Amino acid sequence: MKIEMRGIDKAFGGNAVLKNAGFVLDGGEIHALMGENGAGKSTLMKILTGVYTKDAGTVIVDGQEVCYKSPQEAEQAGIVFIHQELNILFDLTVEENMFLGKEIHGMFGICDKKAMRKEVKKVLDRLGVKIDPGQAMNELSVGQQQMIEIAKALMVDAKVIIMDEPTAALTQSETTVLFQVVNSLRKKGVSIVYISHRMEEIFELCDRITILRDGSYIGTKKIKETDMNDVVKMMIGREIGERYPARNAKIGDTIFEVKDLTCPGVFQDVSFEVHAGEVLGVSGLMGAGRTEIMQAIFGNMPHVSGEIRLEGKKIINRNPQEAMKNGIGFITEDRKVEGLMLEESIQKNISIANLGKISSHGVIQKGKEEELVKRGIEELHIRCFGPWHECTNLSGGNQQKVVFAKWIYTDPKVLILDEPTRGVDIGAKKEIYQIINNLAEKGVAIIMVSSELPEVLGMSDRVMVVREGFVRGFLGKEDADQESVMILATGGEI
Amino acid sequence: MENKKASNYIQELGALIALALLVLVIGIISPEFRTVGNFLSLLRQSSINGFIAFGMTCVILTGGIDLSVGSVLALTTAFCADFISKGMPVGLAMLLALLIGTAFGTISGILVTKGRLQPFIATLITMTVYRGLTMIFMDGKPISNLGDSFFLKVVGKGNFFGIPIPVILFLIIFAAFFFILEKTTFGRRIYATGSNWKSAKLAGVNIDLTKIAVYAISGCMAALSGLILLSRLSSAQPNLGEGYELDAIAAVALGGTSMNGGRGRIWKTFVGVLIK
Repeated sequence: MKIEMRGIDKAFGGNAVLKNAGFVLDGGEIHALMGENGAGKSTLMKILTGVYTKDAGTVIVDGQEVCYKSPQEAEQAGIVFIHQELNILFDLTVEENMFLGKEIHGMFGICDKKAMRKEVKKVLDRLGVKIDPGQAMNELSVGQQQMIEIAKALMVDAKVIIMDEPTAALTQSETTVLFQVVNSLRKKGVSIVYISHRMEEIFELCDRITILRDGSYIGTKKIKETDMNDVVKMMIGREIGERYPARNAKIGDTIFEVKDLTCPGVFQDVSFEVHAGEVLGVSGLMGAGRTEIMQAIFGNMPHVSGEIRLEGKKIINRNPQEAMKNGIGFITEDRKVEGLMLEESIQKNISIANLGKISSHGVIQKGKEEELVKRGIEELHIRCFGPWHECTNLSGGNQQKVVFAKWIYTDPKVLILDEPTRGVDIGAKKEIYQIINNLAEKGVAIIMVSSELPEVLGMSDRVMVVREGFVRGFLGKEDADQESVMILATGGEI
Repeated sequence: MENKKASNYIQELGALIALALLVLVIGIISPEFRTVGNFLSLLRQSSINGFIAFGMTCVILTGGIDLSVGSVLALTTAFCADFISKGMPVGLAMLLALLIGTAFGTISGILVTKGRLQPFIATLITMTVYRGLTMIFMDGKPISNLGDSFFLKVVGKGNFFGIPIPVILFLIIFAAFFFILEKTTFGRRIYATGSNWKSAKLAGVNIDLTKIAVYAISGCMAALSGLILLSRLSSAQPNLGEGYELDAIAAVALGGTSMNGGRGRIWKTFVGVLIK
């Protein structure tokens, strides 16, 4: 199936979101769609699949101009959109989800379970994944859930599948499986539109790439004929310079030590130290226990034995309050679930971790609160309409900056960052790196867990590698490269 | 954008507009309704439900619910009436009743947090147990030999410059709740707990303590409401307050507070109480 979108315009209430956007998708190719948050990738795809209607422009599918009025219509034509937030009813089973709204039924509207199961098995076999159709969705891993979404697309005989950030929540091995599936789909002539922020993935997987900026079409390139710098330049319209800004921090004494931290079955004998002004990168595959170790240090998860010392003094964090009192800050990996009250304002989100600072005798001092929040918005360049701006309506990068603002003003001596730039576009990423650098320059000890290897390598003074709950080794800035880290992370020896 | 804002306002002020229409329409139809005396007596009637609804608002803001309020009301009034009939000074008996109500609420709160029970289940249990205890304690019979204390009568029936005491109390308590929820760190913690407890916990909010506190407040308010009733009826009844939990929840919901917690305003509950 060949799709051409040309000259697409779309405005929401006077706000132009797309201006002369478009792209051309050939049959049997994997086509990456890139651009910063707000560049219009999702909007363009929503217009293609009939979620939104366009204001101007043409959509041509296999030589015929079309205008789908609903996602169902697009689906019938063979175009399926797999959204980033998966469209799943978690308490229902795999087959119930797959047949939702299109159940096979016999007489009197009674569902024909046998026929449905057969169909589900057939599709899952075709994908080459082993999932029990009777299992409830919430028992599956995110990777498996994603497979079910793809299976759903295959069931309606999709010729074009659009994937929005499919790997954002996947482990390394799940990502590998996904890539295999996507590649085999391509061989069968299915075209994939692949939206992602992860440059490495795109260069590994895709055939061509189209770049959008500020709602406009910028250009299309063959992956083989371009490189990352070129793509970044097209995305942001200027040279971004170094992706990882230089840091000018003096690395001081050891201020934070963890010794033999153990939680049987989760992590074992974890020991490390961090110096003032140092950024310690923590690398490892997903599920290696990195997050659990950090949660345990912060008192949000139990550990059975071990010792934590801050500035030489032993500290005990039974819960996050104690950890905060002891001078530790923690920016969690999932800002939507654990980091923010999404439906609350920026102000209330920043305040909640700083209540002591902005109140006296339990009464909030309006002036102090407003000052703190204003400072946060200005210092961290949070782009918003004001302190009352609801966090749901902020872009990923700005949401993450709110989380940073929340923690920076608690004046932590040690700040733990778990996936600090997940789902953040490239411009905002650099701003966040700058924030991290500023903190390190002030002497804060920083522990940065990240699944993005280039980020770990670009930002860390030292890298700690965790595998299956054990610390496998430390690499200095000079020794750490993709290869050495991956060898440690996957169980090899250097 | 402009239209969206207008519709937001309507949503925000929906309950208030409904109340205004209600007052206007009834006021036009019925001349008796338009008198100051009638308004004050309406307010006085509302206050009984109002106290409970204020406490309930706090509980619901944390994402919980308190079904036990009617039973707490019955048991605390029973104790209070018993104390008075045995000669305890009325003021002291009332103070004790408030403390006991607070303790009963605390028990619900502990069941919810430390016992890890669903709020609905936990307070259904306390609702049943407290009601059962009331029956046993009173042996199924009312207590009405409360003597002739002036203070006891004043609380429910008295006036201050022509305004019924319960109405004055109602307004004072409303102001207190407004202050707590809007201006204090405790209020922020209540909202944060209901909005996203995971995030609140990681930001250093003691979730369990906050929840226990709101159930304690709810228990105290139920007891206060019971004292007004005791004063007005001059007797305690074993089935007093049955179904009051639904009245209070209805008032909170009418005011637009989200049953999932995190969203709602105390003044809206005030309006909700008046509509009911």
